[in-house]
Amino acid sequence: MPKVKLPRKSTNVDMTAMCDVAFLLLTFFILATKQKPAEVLAVQTPSSISAKAAPDKSILITLTADGRAFLTLGDETKKKEILENINLTKQMGLSPDEVNKWNKQEFIGLPLSQIKGYLNANNPIQPAQMPGIPIKDTLNNEMVDWIRSVSNVYAGSDQTALQQMLLVKGDNAVLYPLFKNIKQAFKKNEIYKFRIVTNGESIPIGSEVFNESIKS
Amino acid sequence: MAEIDTSGGGHKKGPGVKKGKKLSTRVDLTPMVDLGFLLITFFVFTTTMAQSTAMNMNEPKDSDDPDKIMKVKNSGAMTILLGKQDQIYYYYGQLDPATLSEQWKTTDYKEVRQLIVDKKKSTPIDDLMYIIKSDKESTFKNAIDILDEMSISAIPPGHYAEVDITPAEEEMIRQTELANGIQ
Repeated sequence: MPKVKLPRKSTNVDMTAMCDVAFLLLTFFILATKQKPAEVLAVQTPSSISAKAAPDKSILITLTADGRAFLTLGDETKKKEILENINLTKQMGLSPDEVNKWNKQEFIGLPLSQIKGYLNANNPIQPAQMPGIPIKDTLNNEMVDWIRSVSNVYAGSDQTALQQMLLVKGDNAVLYPLFKNIKQAFKKNEIYKFRIVTNGESIPIGSEVFNESIKS
Repeated sequence: MAEIDTSGGGHKKGPGVKKGKKLSTRVDLTPMVDLGFLLITFFVFTTTMAQSTAMNMNEPKDSDDPDKIMKVKNSGAMTILLGKQDQIYYYYGQLDPATLSEQWKTTDYKEVRQLIVDKKKSTPIDDLMYIIKSDKESTFKNAIDILDEMSISAIPPGHYAEVDITPAEEEMIRQTELANGIQ
């Protein structure tokens, strides 16, 4: 009986294709992820199990650890209208040119009384050095005026869309009364829904929500 | 390498013509693939973790109308007070000066989850109410963490509320802090 001779095949596989795939994916992920813009205001947010991503176009109130409040009106918001509105309602007396200049600033972190001087200053102070919008005093809570202008501008348009845009981002160490004043500012303008920016965290194993998510 | 005569045997092209050995152009790509996938894994993990999320926040409408003020059953209420240094104080029902020292208890963010779940299990859902009160020295993190605990324990909306702290409760917190040596 003749012996069956099995041909010895090489175990080497061509890795070129696999290498292509790996680097294609790598390139895709690098390009597809948006780089986090360098944070001017360092804020460590608390964590929550909420899985909804924070929207990019937003009206964001930032509370820093040392208790300063900043307002950031996103690009796709009616920023200019809001600035014009507050200029009018608070009688700040800014000229259209000054409003245009103000419109280019990313952060609003000054008391309303200092805005005019800031816009005309030769060396304007950097956002990180700004004293913040006054909110500590409940009687002189300028955030109320800001939110009023926001709600004035968005009056008549889709309110749920506005509620989706309102974000509060606070540092872990911010004391509760400051946050309460922010909530007051919303409430005084009859806005009862807004959102908190948090760090995502996984649902703890064995908790009620965890058990429900397994069942469904 | 040009000097090495590798044309051993076979047909010679001629005198003086040196033929370079045909080296294979194949390179072992396995380490490169390893590296590629390692980087992919790294990027995938780091990007998902840094993503910030948004938590919904619903505030009740303030009302001075006594008819609209929500009444809560004593048996179903658990009041959670947030103090400084991540301390939590809690009591069930209404604070009664006679039994104050027995009602008033101290806990922290690790144990509060179990307390919330226990209360939820022992109370009919219609009566259940968690009242959250934040002391002026508690932090934003505390306030968000306790709301997160509510969603972790699947407390339905409307069964927990943030309420202003009363002076009597503030005083109790001060006293407990003094007794427990919390700076």
